[in-house]
Amino acid sequence: MDEVILDIKDLVVEYHTDEAVIHAANGVNLSVRKGETIGLVGETGAGKTTIARSILRILQTPPAKLCGGEIYFKGQDLLKLSEKEMRAIRGNQIAMIFQDPMTSLNPVETVGFQIAETVRIHNKCSQAEAEKRACDMLEMVGISSDRFNEYPHQFSGGMKQRVVIAIALACNPELLLADEPTTALDVTIQAQVLEMIQTLKERLGTSVVLITHDLGVVAGFCESVAVVYAGDIIEYGSVEDIYDHTAHPYTVGLFGSLPRLNSKERRLKPINGLMPDPSNLPEGCPFAERCPVASERCTKEKPEATELSPGHFVKCFHAKGGQ
Amino acid sequence: MALLEVKDLKKYFKVGSRFLHAVDGVSFKLEEGKTLGVVGESGCGKSTLGRTILHLLEPTSGQIFFEGKDITKPDKPTLKKLHEDMQFIFQDPYASLDPRRSVSESISEPLRLQGKMSKSEILEETRRLMDTVGLASRFENSYPHELDGGRRQRIGIARALALKPKFIVCDEPVSALDVSIQAHIINLLLDLQEQQKLAYMFVTHDLSVVKYISNDILVMYLGTMVEKASADELFANPMHPYTQALLSAIPEPDIHVKTKRIIMQGEITSPIDPKPGCRFMARCQYASEECAQPQTLEEVSPDHFVACCKCRALKEKKAETVE
Repeated sequence: MDEVILDIKDLVVEYHTDEAVIHAANGVNLSVRKGETIGLVGETGAGKTTIARSILRILQTPPAKLCGGEIYFKGQDLLKLSEKEMRAIRGNQIAMIFQDPMTSLNPVETVGFQIAETVRIHNKCSQAEAEKRACDMLEMVGISSDRFNEYPHQFSGGMKQRVVIAIALACNPELLLADEPTTALDVTIQAQVLEMIQTLKERLGTSVVLITHDLGVVAGFCESVAVVYAGDIIEYGSVEDIYDHTAHPYTVGLFGSLPRLNSKERRLKPINGLMPDPSNLPEGCPFAERCPVASERCTKEKPEATELSPGHFVKCFHAKGGQ
Repeated sequence: MALLEVKDLKKYFKVGSRFLHAVDGVSFKLEEGKTLGVVGESGCGKSTLGRTILHLLEPTSGQIFFEGKDITKPDKPTLKKLHEDMQFIFQDPYASLDPRRSVSESISEPLRLQGKMSKSEILEETRRLMDTVGLASRFENSYPHELDGGRRQRIGIARALALKPKFIVCDEPVSALDVSIQAHIINLLLDLQEQQKLAYMFVTHDLSVVKYISNDILVMYLGTMVEKASADELFANPMHPYTQALLSAIPEPDIHVKTKRIIMQGEITSPIDPKPGCRFMARCQYASEECAQPQTLEEVSPDHFVACCKCRALKEKKAETVE
């Protein structure tokens, strides 16, 4: 359980455009243990997807530029591999589920073909074996294998997302990157899909990085949480640390923004202002401008990660053990 | 007297030689200054309901009363007056604004069309509206692409408020926004309601938002009303099996609340020429033969309506298991 499968060290990613340099990831450190589910939460544009795409090296370059850092997957630095070596890992040992099932499938190939394709590319097996495996995968995600020869448009949104999951899991990956896998789906279908990822994960022992902005999904699904803000992880810990001992003012603000089912208050307590422009980040703490407890020091100095309790890290000068 | 009353409203769309039952027999009353939440999965007809009430679509049958007058088939002058009293806030603030119009042009458009004000009055009123929705006057000449989602949605709200309506249909006004921005918009809508005694019909699939903002909630499934009650009653005491499953699927942002998820099998079925019985039957765990009969809306407790022939039996059974 304690074996670290993925270790990201000081990852820096920038997007170079004609007008500006956008700092999408600024020294991200993150490690994922075997069998662990970790939630990456944050607002739109915080850099969650950039982190996930850097792991698989599928950022579009240019404009993206990996400026520094190391990503160790089972001890080897993915950023130093050749493209050919990387292709052997991509989709095989590390797989990704994309946000929008409507656009991540090929509309002119049958779903069965698309699942079998992954199997065929990564394993030395015959077409028939690959198809057999694809049928098994379809059944595993709860779609009858009779539908092997149907096209994506014949499936509903939830079913398409299951097909995407079947493709991602077809080669028994050791690490699954799920980028907002349920955001485009209804709550009832979301519950079905999450339940399925959970079951499959338990059966196959896969580690999962779940990217989401839904703190409810994280609470029900993850063991650890990393809160991403302006391209950096500002708080990291177990779900208990984050939900019960929330330390960073931004995380506190995120919770305050949520309408609670059992709350009686008539007004929400949102965070003021907006995330800083990633092409023009402030010198000090990126959250200082919006922070209710910011002091002068926060605007001048960037806080380093401090460990409040074992495994609970926060980048804030004012965090004291949380409430 | 209710501000708005809808009686047995139906809206069918012709699909080839068959009919898609988008809204099938919906009735409700809405008082001044109150909010009716309409929830359901995508494709259940909740947006069509809002559009039909506002005469953006013509109803197939049924009646709509506004301030006691029958407005089901209004003549042109009545319709023009109605569009002053009833307004719409759209889901996607990125798509619902003209990209070539500045903020003040977009907001002042309804006033210009109404033709009751002079140019200087319109300018003054536009500034007042921007102030009301919390848009700084420096954005007056900005274009939508220069603004973030929250500010764009504020433009949409200002436009809707321009003609001093009494009733606004809010069609998923916050679902395209991040939680922190979402909270600001919800607070704004609540403030406006208090100041101007607005009645809202709040269409959404986000159940925690709807609980927060609504007085009454109407649950729709495939065009039909399956349950209607006050927000507190519905969440405390959901009676219809669909409502129960829907509520149990909400991910709670709290790690100590462990809800027992009712995972529904299958997905929403086709609304084209549906069978006369309960439309939820195919996915319902309690379904039996009597469910194939047409369901009627019954008042099971004061102001709590349920369309399920089994709900009384289920309630007794639930009471027994509690004992």
